[in-house]
Amino acid sequence: MDALDGNAIAGPLLEHFGSEMTTARGACAHCGATAQIAELRVYMSAPGTVVRCPACGSVVIVLVRIRDALQVDDTRFKPAPG
Amino acid sequence: MSPISRGFMGRRRAVADPSRVPPGQYLTADFPVLSAGPTPHTPLDEWSFLIDGEVTEPLSWPWGEFVGLPTETVTGDIHCVTKWSKLDTTWKGVSLDTLLGAVETEAEYLTVWSDGGYTTNLALEDVSDGKAWVVYEYGGKPLDPEHGGPARLLVPHLYFWKSAKWVRGLTLTADDQPGFWEGYGYHNHGDPWLEQRYQGD
Amino acid sequence: MAGAALPRRLTWQLASVLELVDETPRCKSIGLEVPGWPGHRAGQHVDVRLTAEDGYQAQRSYSIASGPEDDHLVLTVERLDDGEVSPYLTDELILGDQIELRGPIGGYFIWEESLGGPLALVAGGSGVVPLRAMVRHWAAGARTTEVSLLYSSRTLGDMIYRDELSRPDGGKLSVHLALTRAWPPDWGGHRGRIDQQLLTEAIPQPADSPLIYVCGPTSFVENVAQALVEMGYEPGRIKTERFGATGT
Repeated sequence: MDALDGNAIAGPLLEHFGSEMTTARGACAHCGATAQIAELRVYMSAPGTVVRCPACGSVVIVLVRIRDALQVDDTRFKPAPG
Repeated sequence: MSPISRGFMGRRRAVADPSRVPPGQYLTADFPVLSAGPTPHTPLDEWSFLIDGEVTEPLSWPWGEFVGLPTETVTGDIHCVTKWSKLDTTWKGVSLDTLLGAVETEAEYLTVWSDGGYTTNLALEDVSDGKAWVVYEYGGKPLDPEHGGPARLLVPHLYFWKSAKWVRGLTLTADDQPGFWEGYGYHNHGDPWLEQRYQGD
Repeated sequence: MAGAALPRRLTWQLASVLELVDETPRCKSIGLEVPGWPGHRAGQHVDVRLTAEDGYQAQRSYSIASGPEDDHLVLTVERLDDGEVSPYLTDELILGDQIELRGPIGGYFIWEESLGGPLALVAGGSGVVPLRAMVRHWAAGARTTEVSLLYSSRTLGDMIYRDELSRPDGGKLSVHLALTRAWPPDWGGHRGRIDQQLLTEAIPQPADSPLIYVCGPTSFVENVAQALVEMGYEPGRIKTERFGATGT
C-alpha cells in the first residue's frame, strides 16, 4: 500500500486546528528534517492515521478518532518557521 | 444522525449468520490493506523471531528453524476495529503455545513488536491454549508482504489490530504496557464480542 | 503548530446533484449545487460522506474539477472496481440526489494567477482533475502565464477532458499527452511512461524556474518528482499531491 501525503489529512487537520494546515512547516523530532505538512507521508491505518517524516520515516503525527472525537498528536512534529 | 444517502450500501453483504458477527461489525469479502507505515522487506536470511523480557533465558529462531517448528492450520473469523469482519479465513503457522512453551516465565503480559516499530500488548492468557499463532501462510499461499508477510501474529478472538503484521518478537512483561494504538486510546484487551474498541469500553 | 489563518469552520453540508456527465467509461463528472458555497481555489478538494440506512458511513476526498469562476461545483470521480464510495457516485447517483460534503479543503496544492509561472502541470490518470481546475482558472483570467500540461493515461479511452484540453486557445497553453498501456496506430502523442526526454519536450527548462504541480497515484508522483529533481528543477518549486493507488 502506497503512502499518501499531507494533502490527504487537510480536512481532519482543518477540523481540529480550525485553520488550514497543509502549508504549516515543522521539523521531525527524530532527524530534524523540516517539511510542510503536505510533504509528509500519510498512512491510513485501521485504528488511525500515521504520518511519517519523508526523510527518515519516523512517526511525526498520529490522528485517531475515538468515539467521534478527533485527536491529533503532533508532539513529534516541532513547529518551524515557515 | 447524518442524512441517508439513498441506496448506499457500501462493500457490505447481508449477514448470513448473525451469531458469527460481533456487535457493530459488517461483513466483507475483501481483505482491505491498512498499514501504519511502509511495507518492510526483511530478507529471510536476516529474519528471526525473538522472545525476551521476563524470561530466564531469551530465545530466538531464525527463519529456517522457525518454519521447521510444529505448524497448525487455523481457520477463523477476523474482526477489524474499523467495523469490517471477514469469516472463514485460513492460515498456517506456529502456535504461541509452541513458542512460549520453549521459555520459562512468570510474566502475565507481553508486548509484541514488529519490523517498522509497531507494538501491541496482550495478556499471556489471550495467547495461550490455542488462541494465537505466528502465521506465514494465508489461504494456502505464503503470506503477502502487504498483509504482514513473511510472518504476522494472528489472534482472531481479539480485534485485528492486535494481530501485528511483520512480527519479529515478543517481550514478556510483569505489567500490561499499552502498545502503539492502545497508547492512543484503543482498548488494552480488545474483545470484539464485548465491543472493547476504546479504553473505558 | 500554527497554520495559515482561514477563520471558518469546516462543516458538513448537503449538496444536490445538478448534472451527471460521462467523461469516460470509468469517470463521471458530477455537477453539484451547494447552498452557501464560499468559492474555492483551483487544486482544492472536498470530503464526501455517505451514510447507509443502518448508520454505516464511508468518507473519501475528491478534487474539485471545476474552476473557481465556473457556474457550479463539479467533481470528477473515477470508479474504482474495489471502491466503496466511488461506485456509488458513478453508478447510483441520479439528478436531484443529495450527498454530504465539506470543503473546500487545501492550501498547499493550489494555483492562482498571483502565484505566477511559468506553470507546468504533470498529471497521471485521475490526477488530472485538480490540474484541470487550474487550467480552467487560468483560462478564465488574463492568460498572461504560460501553462504546459503533460497528461499521462493508460489508454485513450481513459483520458478525461480530451476535447476540452485540445481546444486551440491562442498558444499560451501547451498540452502533451502520453499513453502508457495501449495507443492507436496513428497516435501522435508519447508512447509509454513519462521520462526525462518527454519532460524536456513538454515543460519549461529548469533555468525558467517553472512552478510545477504533479498529481496522480503515489508511484507516478514519486517517479516524476525524482526525475524533475535529477533534471535540476528546484524542489521548492515542485508541489505534489498523491492519490490512492490506481494505474496510470
